[in-house]
Amino acid sequence: MGGFENFLFSFFNLKVMATYLPLIAQGLGLTIVLALLIVVSGLALGLGLAMLRACGIRPLNWLIIFTVDLFRALPPLVIIVLLFFGLPAMGLGMSSFAATWLSLTLVLMAFAEEIYWAGITAVPKGQWEAARSTGLGFFQTLRLVVLPQALRITIPPLTNRTIAITKGTALGSVVGVAEILGASQSAMSFSANPSPLTLGAIAYLVLFIPVVALGRWVETRFAWKR
Amino acid sequence: MEEFAFAFLNGDILREAWPILWQGFLYTLALAAITVPLGLVGGVVLALLSTSGPRAIRLAAAGWTDLFRAIPPLVLLVFLYAGLPFAGIDVGAWGAVAIGFFLNTGAYYGEVLRAGIESVPRGQMEAARSTGLSRGQALRYVILPQAVRNVLPDLVSNTLEVVKLTSIASVVALPELLFQARQAQNATYNATPIVAAAVAYFLLLWPLVRLISRLENKALAGR
Repeated sequence: MGGFENFLFSFFNLKVMATYLPLIAQGLGLTIVLALLIVVSGLALGLGLAMLRACGIRPLNWLIIFTVDLFRALPPLVIIVLLFFGLPAMGLGMSSFAATWLSLTLVLMAFAEEIYWAGITAVPKGQWEAARSTGLGFFQTLRLVVLPQALRITIPPLTNRTIAITKGTALGSVVGVAEILGASQSAMSFSANPSPLTLGAIAYLVLFIPVVALGRWVETRFAWKR
Repeated sequence: MEEFAFAFLNGDILREAWPILWQGFLYTLALAAITVPLGLVGGVVLALLSTSGPRAIRLAAAGWTDLFRAIPPLVLLVFLYAGLPFAGIDVGAWGAVAIGFFLNTGAYYGEVLRAGIESVPRGQMEAARSTGLSRGQALRYVILPQAVRNVLPDLVSNTLEVVKLTSIASVVALPELLFQARQAQNATYNATPIVAAAVAYFLLLWPLVRLISRLENKALAGR
């Protein structure tokens, strides 16, 4: 076999790819479900924390800031390993899927809170004062006046951060989640051929290149006028 | 409560695991000291190509950036470490980490620096050239310093991500902090080493997180 044929046989082996396509398609499905769950719960929790922080209760805010800092500083893989291998020692074992979901949700929550909070503080104080003086309550002001303005400017950084964190679903393979990477690695060991890994990489590209392009578009579309 | 302390904050186990955890911590620092400059070099090259080359090269650089931003770094690392040997190319764990981080973090730094270069008004280049500076000199002395200053929060934040990302080197068995903590956990059947590793990461990176928050708030206030 020549070098090129060897390369094709190893990385673009159509026979192997066809055999394991269903397995990797399942992995793709799992990655999408996991990513959507993380995006929904992470963004919602982040917004909730930012709104709590807007209430301005000192000790509570310190707690929020510490939690946010903690999950911004810890590598996601460390959190996943801690939840998956550590918690069973307390009788709180969770599935590898749940551990991955919870870890990345906490990470996205932390980054999202920081971005939402930056957006809320960027709204001029006069907006608060004017809204309150028309008789709106604190939460009405936050919901109807401040957040609509704040959220618009948070869209570009939030999109990019969300994309980066959803790619972390691949880390689930370390604790045995059969998402794209996990499925490709099993297929690679079954077939003793790395073509399934090529297929897995293609699956990620199909999934994420449109998302990365969307992120780029959002960045120019919602760019702050300087 | 006692059970919790025994499983997660066990002093005896911490003492026992301390030497290899410390080694892992130093290894993580060394990994960061290698991967950050590698990524920066890749990023500067990509940013220059995607802003000042001919159109075809600009497009190729943008495509390259999107490609390596779309592939999760762990996938890249597994591919380099476990896939390439099938084609007779064995780069080893270190090689896989170096190449993988160069490709992945290079793309991220490249994107940040590109935004920085594009934020510098065109007139700056024209003015610099008209004073007799060459293109390279103008880039080096006029454009890049302003570009870096404009995107400093993003650069620091990306650096934080790179240092955190070194934890995936545990998957290819490089003895960094997370890997050593897992080894110690397997040997002792106790989660304390992993908790200790998490605390170490937090203590190492918390100052950086605080710095980023301050830089971001300052950038926001300046608008």
